[in-house]
Amino acid sequence: MADLITADLVDLDLTAADRHEATRRLAERLQVAGRVTDLDGFLADVRAREAQMPTGIEGGIGIPHARSAHVTEPSLGFGRSPGGIDFGAGDGPADLIFLIAAPEGGGAEHMNILASLARRLIHASFKEALRTAPDPDAVVNLVNKEVLGQ
Amino acid sequence: MRIVAVTSCPTGIAHTYMAAEALEQAAREKGHEIKVETQGAAGAEPLAAADVAAADAVVFAADVEVRNRERFAGKPLVQTSVKRAINDAAGVLAEVETAAEQGAPAAAAPAEPVADAAPAPATKVDQQAGLGTRLRQWLMTGVSYMIPFVAAGGILIALAFLFGGPEVANKVDGGTFAGVEYPGVTDLSQLIVEAGWAGLLFKIGATAFSMLVPILAGFIAYAMADRPGLVPGIVSGLLAVEIGAGFLGGLAGGLLAGAIVIAIKRVKVPRGVAGVMPVVVIPLVSTLVVGGLMLVVIGQPIAALQEGLTNWLDGLSGTNAVVLGVLLGLMMAFDMGGPVNKVAYAFGLASLASGNLEVMAAVMAAGMTPPLGLALATVVRRQLFTPAERQAGEAAWLLGASFITEGAIPFAAGDPVRVIPSLMVGSAVTGGLSMAFGATSRAPHGGIWVIGLVGRPLAYLVALLAGILVTAACVIVAKSVGRRAPAEAEPSAVPTGSAPAAG
Repeated sequence: MADLITADLVDLDLTAADRHEATRRLAERLQVAGRVTDLDGFLADVRAREAQMPTGIEGGIGIPHARSAHVTEPSLGFGRSPGGIDFGAGDGPADLIFLIAAPEGGGAEHMNILASLARRLIHASFKEALRTAPDPDAVVNLVNKEVLGQ
Repeated sequence: MRIVAVTSCPTGIAHTYMAAEALEQAAREKGHEIKVETQGAAGAEPLAAADVAAADAVVFAADVEVRNRERFAGKPLVQTSVKRAINDAAGVLAEVETAAEQGAPAAAAPAEPVADAAPAPATKVDQQAGLGTRLRQWLMTGVSYMIPFVAAGGILIALAFLFGGPEVANKVDGGTFAGVEYPGVTDLSQLIVEAGWAGLLFKIGATAFSMLVPILAGFIAYAMADRPGLVPGIVSGLLAVEIGAGFLGGLAGGLLAGAIVIAIKRVKVPRGVAGVMPVVVIPLVSTLVVGGLMLVVIGQPIAALQEGLTNWLDGLSGTNAVVLGVLLGLMMAFDMGGPVNKVAYAFGLASLASGNLEVMAAVMAAGMTPPLGLALATVVRRQLFTPAERQAGEAAWLLGASFITEGAIPFAAGDPVRVIPSLMVGSAVTGGLSMAFGATSRAPHGGIWVIGLVGRPLAYLVALLAGILVTAACVIVAKSVGRRAPAEAEPSAVPTGSAPAAG
């Protein structure tokens, strides 16, 4: 199984007018990496989830996500937005954006990885380390260490 | 504090797990023990039944329906969204603490639906004790739903007797009263013409009464297994009535139905079948199984028991009258409308038909003391009874005076081991005294309202009064033993077995 995240999927200077554009930016990276087969189809799935309830979490986090037939393997796109992007959280815009893409009908192993990623997201130390990561490789190492224990 | 939680969100890959992590973190900080079931895409690892049983409170942090939520019936519950759990887990736990505190005294008010019932005692985790407490909660849930039926039906019947005379029962249903033969009403549109307004009251009251055991059984099963328990529970209650098993049969049927539903839900089924489980499979299978058990396993022995008892009573005719009165009293109070009671009553009717009026008097008097004695007990020692029971006690005066023994069922069903023997002692005293005094009755029912048809009425009233006092005294003593504060669920004092229900 390929890594959940690679340096190509990290954007440490994400700028976007709104959350939909931010999601598209990260999704494009997944498409380039061959993890998303149909960009618009995948974005429609993400938007459908986002419409049920905004995915912003207090503490500056946005988690657009979907299980989609257009995803080939569990993937994490990460964006850091110095200006912040509104993801509908009660306390303001998000500066850490995690695009979580899960294949439709993904096996339990895939889902367990995403589950443990989700669990890390609420740890203050994890968020802090992501905010101060100097480059994309540092982010990849951090995720691998925290989520996969590698 | 021990907490169990379920987290669940639409996609099941992010918030479900974040909420779980947030709750676990916050619980650790507050020194609580928490177990979380994440109903997400990774497949839910179900909470262990022991953890659920030991929990003081339950949290649902869910944006979609929590699966198998009936596992948590009876526990203090806090429901919130996954996001709130993520953003403010500490606040959610503060609510949980409040809910758990408020949850405890709810045991004193079983009239409340199950959702507010008390948690299992947290001090001692004794598996046996937990079951006893839960058993009592199940029974009390059934009782609390049954009481309005007893009150409405019983009072309507009593009013019908008051306004139309006790023969109204025979005008409606047929039979002989004080030497007059009534055909009964076959066409309900002629009800008022043939039986008058009192007949109308009687018919409505009798219909409400006919739901008493089905409602008791249905809501016992409901308390155990949530909504899926209702159908098999009610059907088992209806069948209990049909096979003449009375309220004890309904009690057993309700417990059986609840247990069967719980067992079926434990069976792991493929995803495709899971969707039709609650709507089709569980009601179908549980009703079939419990119905079959009621008809085949319970129905036959009851019929045999009744036949045996009848033969035995027939053989006793001519022996010591006082002993016969005591025995009939014991039988009348044992199951209040159940198979044993019916045998005693039928024996009274048969004696009446053959001209022995003393047996009828003893049977009727012994059937009046259970509700009257309990009504007295609720007045003398209020604190021994739940609010629902106290209300039932108010209606019980009128029901007992009208020889509607069923007025005692709410008390007996909620606490059979203490109440039934007490009622039996009181009725035995009354039955024996009535026979000893040689009181007679030409009426097969009607209670105090047919005192004009009773021979030696003063002695009859003395026998009645003695039984009422003995009943009340026995109930008070029995309820005081091993139970300091009635408000607390008292696991050790309630046996786990369904021994009384098997009778």
